[in-house]
Amino acid sequence: MERKGRRVRAGRGGSNEEEQRDVSVVPAEVLPGVRVADDDAEETAVLGPRPRLWPSLAAVYRAQLSRARVARIPLLFVATFQSIGIMVMLRGVVSGGDDARSVVAGSSVLVVAYVGLNLLAQYFGQLRANGGLDHYATLPVPASAVVLGAAGAYASFTVPGTVVTAVFGCVLFGLPFAHLWVLLAVIPLAGAALSGLGAALGLLAPRPELATLLGQLGMSAALLLGVLPAHRMPEVVQLVRDALPSTYGVEAFARTFGGDPDWALVLGDLGVCAAVGVASLALATWAYRRAAVR
Amino acid sequence: MCAVRGLAKTYPAVRGRRGAPGSPEVRATDDVRLDIRRGEIFGLLGPNGAGKSTLVRQLTGLMRPDRGSIEILGHDIVRHPERAARILAYLGQESTALDELTVSLAAETTGRLRGLEVRRAREERDDVLAELGLTSIASRPLNKLSGGQRRLACFAAALMGDRPLLVLDEPTTAMDPVARRAVWAAVNRRRAERGSTVVLVTHNVIEAETVLDRVAVLDRGRVIACDTPAGLKERVAGEVRVELVWREQAPLEVPEVAALRARAVESGRRWSLRMAPEEARAAVATVTGGAAFAALDDFTLATPSLEDVYLALGGSTQGLVKA
Repeated sequence: MERKGRRVRAGRGGSNEEEQRDVSVVPAEVLPGVRVADDDAEETAVLGPRPRLWPSLAAVYRAQLSRARVARIPLLFVATFQSIGIMVMLRGVVSGGDDARSVVAGSSVLVVAYVGLNLLAQYFGQLRANGGLDHYATLPVPASAVVLGAAGAYASFTVPGTVVTAVFGCVLFGLPFAHLWVLLAVIPLAGAALSGLGAALGLLAPRPELATLLGQLGMSAALLLGVLPAHRMPEVVQLVRDALPSTYGVEAFARTFGGDPDWALVLGDLGVCAAVGVASLALATWAYRRAAVR
Repeated sequence: MCAVRGLAKTYPAVRGRRGAPGSPEVRATDDVRLDIRRGEIFGLLGPNGAGKSTLVRQLTGLMRPDRGSIEILGHDIVRHPERAARILAYLGQESTALDELTVSLAAETTGRLRGLEVRRAREERDDVLAELGLTSIASRPLNKLSGGQRRLACFAAALMGDRPLLVLDEPTTAMDPVARRAVWAAVNRRRAERGSTVVLVTHNVIEAETVLDRVAVLDRGRVIACDTPAGLKERVAGEVRVELVWREQAPLEVPEVAALRARAVESGRRWSLRMAPEEARAAVATVTGGAAFAALDDFTLATPSLEDVYLALGGSTQGLVKA
């Protein structure tokens, strides 16, 4: 320790110390080990541990997951009921086949969009607006750990809702359960893309209301463009649909309901999700750094 | 341990939009020079808007100054703001980042993010919570606690990871006396055992007088004085303070009272006067006899406080708190 070698030179600041004795609850001088040192005796401090990505990420992830559990469970119910409600409504219109697949896949991914995109955008928007980012910014945490930890926690939080929605949808529309395991890839990858986007929107929006608005709009887009079967939409809307990252999660999932899924296309769709996820999380990390130090 | 030289930050003028009035350019910190020594409790005192929080944001690397230098334990914080996080612990005024966590997880996570291993973080968390008397509410989320308890939980998080410098922005706001004592006991213990240094932002003059070793008085972004509280009070040692509280209104028909009014700082029924001891005796004699006494509700005669120092130094606003 660098402190061991330090000594306060006797005789310095004598008059000062008498005054201090009057004012401090416990005067520094009478306490063992306290050194009120003068500046020229100063040495360079050993810095605290260097920020490390994985331990920080694990700590942020755990804290965020716990927050989400405490405060967001009602919202997860809302997200799940919303998706289930949409499927029940569309059951009267859609009888089966391709349309049923896209309805079930779209409703399942909608849960991810609701939590990852909408709620995370709100969270970061508020955190930024009311100074909550200062807490993380004054800790030696890599920016990517804060963003990835939060995004990961929100994405994990969607798992039960997404699974319940998918299972319910399969039962409702009589779709096969055989390839539901693909959710193991769809949730993290669509989750990365959507929560990365949510985090970036929340951190970039100049005002928290705007972050909320953008999050809601993103979710509405995922709802309208993801759940409704694509081939019935006008061409312009289809282009917008192609630009939305959640679409690729929906498509990947929908393909696996077929008897003999084309796995190359599934992988391709998931690849797009992964690429968008990397890009949006990188953008969110940049936005976090920019927002943290002003 | 911490040297600040020529620090300046100006917020640009904001133009008014759609009926909202704009605000002129503000010099939040203006050529600030400070030397903080190791092991001392150093205070930044001033009313709201004096530039305390801006100065603290600069010290903690949260804000880049326009000019000037900050060196903490040999590290240039202006050039390497990220190093501040590895040297100091900061307790800001906001707790939003921790609000939905339990007290226990807030402390543990903060410790882990300061580089503690899981097991070490848990041990330290248990020690700190016990030290501050928070063990019984460890499993409750912060936003379900009272303001003072929440503040104490945030303070617990700030203590994690054993930093040589603690920067505390009004740590005892909303705390009851028991919690305040826990805070100052914990601070003094760290100072005694580890030589920790504390930079404390406050606008509470009583707190400043009792806990600080030295204090820098800020007004409109400038350090207008820096000394021990006793040293500062010596500057106004020739004066005493008379506080008068009238029942309904001051009996201005009494000529002596009317004469006092010119020198009084009035706030509602309360008059506050700084004057030489013999003048004060005369004033007290006047108001405690005759017609004036009938109108008097309460009076106090006191030696000067840091608030008097602040006003005597030319401090512009009355934003200081006595509690």
